[in-house]
Amino acid sequence: MSLQGVLPLNGFSGGEVLAYRPDHLLVAGMVERGSKVLDIGCGDGDLLQLLESRGIDGRGIELSREGVNHCVAKGLAVVQGDADTDLVDYPDDAFDYVILSQTLQATRRPKAVLENLLRIGRRAIVTFPNFGFWRLRLQLLVGGHMPRTDNLPFTWYDTPNIHFCTIKDFVQLCDEIGVKMERAVALDSYGRPLRVAMPWWFWNMFGEQGVFLLSRGERR
Amino acid sequence: MAGVRDMTGLTPKSTSSLRTIAPEERSHEVDHPSSLVAQFGADKPLKLDCGVDLSPFQIAYQTYGELNADKSNAVLICHALTGDQHVANRHPVTGKPGWWETLVGKGRPLDPSRYFIVCSNVIGGCMGSTGPASLNPATGKVWGLDFPIITIPDMVRAQAMLIDHLGIDTLFAVVGGSMGGMQALQWTVAYPQRVFATLAIACATRHSAQNIAFHELGRQAVMADPDWDHGRYGDKGVHPHRGLAVARMAAHITYLSDAALHRKFGRRMQDRELPTFSFDADFQVESYLRYQGSSFVERFDANSYLYLTRAMDYFDIAADHDGVLAAAFRGIKTRFCVVSFTSDWLFPTSESRALVHALNASSARVSFAEIETDKGHDAFLLDVPEFFDIASAFLDSAGKARGLKVANGG
Repeated sequence: MSLQGVLPLNGFSGGEVLAYRPDHLLVAGMVERGSKVLDIGCGDGDLLQLLESRGIDGRGIELSREGVNHCVAKGLAVVQGDADTDLVDYPDDAFDYVILSQTLQATRRPKAVLENLLRIGRRAIVTFPNFGFWRLRLQLLVGGHMPRTDNLPFTWYDTPNIHFCTIKDFVQLCDEIGVKMERAVALDSYGRPLRVAMPWWFWNMFGEQGVFLLSRGERR
Repeated sequence: MAGVRDMTGLTPKSTSSLRTIAPEERSHEVDHPSSLVAQFGADKPLKLDCGVDLSPFQIAYQTYGELNADKSNAVLICHALTGDQHVANRHPVTGKPGWWETLVGKGRPLDPSRYFIVCSNVIGGCMGSTGPASLNPATGKVWGLDFPIITIPDMVRAQAMLIDHLGIDTLFAVVGGSMGGMQALQWTVAYPQRVFATLAIACATRHSAQNIAFHELGRQAVMADPDWDHGRYGDKGVHPHRGLAVARMAAHITYLSDAALHRKFGRRMQDRELPTFSFDADFQVESYLRYQGSSFVERFDANSYLYLTRAMDYFDIAADHDGVLAAAFRGIKTRFCVVSFTSDWLFPTSESRALVHALNASSARVSFAEIETDKGHDAFLLDVPEFFDIASAFLDSAGKARGLKVANGG
């Protein structure tokens, strides 16, 4: 599978660039204006708010009541729910995009979730921490313990993250279930996209996060 | 659901100490309420689902706050089964504080300094709106069972006539819990363009078989009281208070939870150390229930209880839309906030989730939160800060979208 282009962070004001997380800006840049979006695991609603400010009709699902509260206070439409159990209740083609931001690794059945994303939405945007990132590899190889970083600060016995994968693993899963990768971006520790020309192994080693824009493949 | 629910006001009273209510005393609030009253004459009949045109009829209501110049700040509160229009003022019969002063009042999510708040007694009720306890102008006698069967949509139709009467086109919000939540949902289904935001709490889009069963139990308790006399007790100046008290006791159990009952009462004895080996109210929980039953009959009419429970039983939004719930909400622009409580087994979270799924399927703008509490269905009437947080967040953000001025002091 070949690599597609990296989205530059254009189309954003200086204020937006300062106010929002780089991966949120990257995701928002992938969504066409005027479209309808479901953000699964929307947290405090920062990404949804960014999307709505760009003329996008956003909805959210969030597991924690506190998160729902923050979102509702921002005027966002967010439902308390669980990605593992509640996606089946959404009708086919309900959204233009379904976003799963930093949540895939916390689901019980990532494959089923991914399949549901592309049933509910015509396109899906998935971002996740890359477990193949060199610092994580090094901690396991040299330190001999389960890796912990600023992005993944949890201990192995007390973590919501139960299904880590690498960028390579994710690409394989997409292949297996016949999902088409429209765009793929790896972000470094500072949230900057890695150079497009780099090979997959480089991304898998030096990307701290993977950001994928997916659509339904022919096999579906 | 609404009204007397103060678990701390645990005054042991036995049902036998119940005073009989004089007919004149009852009819005062029923026919000439101390609330505001809107009269609808022969030119404005209420078209009921059962096919009857009810006319004349009256709606008793309370208001709090001022309607703003562009009439954009009106909030309609819909009361629950045994509630009434006295949301945030002293009750004229019981003398107790309003039933939703936790939500409505200065510094509360619904602050009268910001909103014009209206609550009316439902049609079929007994606190001033026309119902089975009212006088039938055609006979000069109490309506009793001659009163036509009413439904939740009928209640909402009557409220819409009141809102017209008040000169309000669009309500900023319709808010209700339990049967009030059913009305709030019915409002958005029947008049989607007249409701900007809907806050539906601890409710469902239809009454479940179990809930119908509990209502039937209550109705049979009323009907089994010899004083009920096929609903004609009003002619004789008696009231089937024993049957109604039993109905209330049974219903009250469904408003609580096992955990709440255990926390409040456990197996503790009432004013005694040892069992009396009799059928006295040895246990605190018995005494509490008896008190709930006896205080309820002081303010509620037995026939009205039959009619309002029936209205809830018949409620089923999907059935009115070819069995497809989502079809009822198609194209709706109203903002929704749906709230449920973890320990509510009368209107469990699964019912709220079914509503949320239907709203999602019809692309409505909906938020949903399940509040963790052991207080059961009654939680919506009690002091549950997490519920007030979400209610405030929803109403404030909707108010901002509606261009209402920010609440005093934030």
